[in-house]
Amino acid sequence: MRVTVHLPGLLRADADGAAHIPLEFDDAVVLREVLDELTTRHPGLDRRIRDDQGRLRRYVNVFVDQTECRATGGLDAPVPEGADVRLLPSVAGG
Amino acid sequence: MTYLLVIGTRKGLFTARSEDRRTWRVSDPHRLDEANDAGMSPVYAVGIDPRTRRLLVGTESWQFGPSVWHSDDLGANWSEPSTPPIRFPKDTDGSLTRTWQFAFGEEPGTVYAGVEPHALFRSTDGGDSFTLVRSLWDHPHRSDWFPGAGGGAIHTILPGTLGSGQHSPDAITVAMSTGGVYQSADAGATWAPTNRGIVAGFLPDEEPEYGQCVHKVAAAADGSFYAQNHHGVYRSASPAAQGWNRIETGLPTDFGFAMVAHPHRAESALNFPVVSQEVHLPPKNRLGAYRTDDSGNGWRAINDGLPEEPYFGIVLRDAACTDGAEVPGFYFGTRTGDVYALTDDGDRWHQVAAHLPDVLCLRAAEV
Repeated sequence: MRVTVHLPGLLRADADGAAHIPLEFDDAVVLREVLDELTTRHPGLDRRIRDDQGRLRRYVNVFVDQTECRATGGLDAPVPEGADVRLLPSVAGG
Repeated sequence: MTYLLVIGTRKGLFTARSEDRRTWRVSDPHRLDEANDAGMSPVYAVGIDPRTRRLLVGTESWQFGPSVWHSDDLGANWSEPSTPPIRFPKDTDGSLTRTWQFAFGEEPGTVYAGVEPHALFRSTDGGDSFTLVRSLWDHPHRSDWFPGAGGGAIHTILPGTLGSGQHSPDAITVAMSTGGVYQSADAGATWAPTNRGIVAGFLPDEEPEYGQCVHKVAAAADGSFYAQNHHGVYRSASPAAQGWNRIETGLPTDFGFAMVAHPHRAESALNFPVVSQEVHLPPKNRLGAYRTDDSGNGWRAINDGLPEEPYFGIVLRDAACTDGAEVPGFYFGTRTGDVYALTDDGDRWHQVAAHLPDVLCLRAAEV
């Protein structure tokens, strides 16, 4: 199955400039596995997305298609065939 | 001789340079990475390696987390190690929230980092990579340390001394909020609290063995200490053997965050009073520094050159420092974005910068 990860501009430097990264999986996957594959290809992304214990950073939002992952299981959220996974910086700062 | 001042603010990193420590050239905000926002977010810790002049900067991005950057050319270019330099091991429940402090050990390449949550990390490669000091993370007291208003962190690291005349390359003194002062005589293998005499007015036992909210400890030239506590200003020649004595008589208040010891004269130190734990403003709304030259028996205001109008920015715990020069310079920055410099042979503060974002930390050196 195919999943496409979309990166915001602020993270593209950690992915060799890529904005859209297609990933292929043999079986059904959850978000954690998508991020594992993404960060295996681009290790510099992992520290931006997840903390030292592998938890999603508080102000990083990950949408699986139109739904933010925390509404459907967080890192265990199912990612369907053909899904678009969008990483977006949340509303934070000051 | 050029003097370099590294300024961490709530909105990024600045540097300033001077040949005479009176007139300063202040940089634009440093863009650590042109591709993203690194360095434009809060910078709570900066360090200047006294041997190599490497600059270390603890950054944090609201969205994408904390990191440590370094520069080996005094800020012209910046690097972020490909592997996160400070990272809690998987078998802990910790995750780096913020780097609060860098300090440099006696062995070349040795750098300590104090972080939030309460932990100490050590590097032996100049700050490219750090390892958790397990003995302090595993200390049985750790579960009792709780965050102060600024967060729970080891914010003070003083390698090389346990007290007056107690210099050793294996000695380390740290301070944390809350938790208090802990010391190790064996290069961090074991730790003991050394807080006797320091009050903790927020606990039922007002003089506990540990748990105090010590805001900053400064090591004096002879290895003894000055401390600014969460109410209470202290001096100790030997915390373990003699405890701490109060020295705030002569200061307008006993509250504050910053304390700077003279690098060559053990009896001299600077303090920056704040009204109280409830009111984080300068006393009488007047920006001021106070200096002792008799180990805290008395204090005198040093206000020449500072604003005479009402002022509301205080000096945070790491927003004051000395450059350690033969004729030392002293520096402080405020939460309202002003930075001032004073040399030990002068009695007048000179403005380094104005209208910066909140100044969180400063470090200075001859370069």
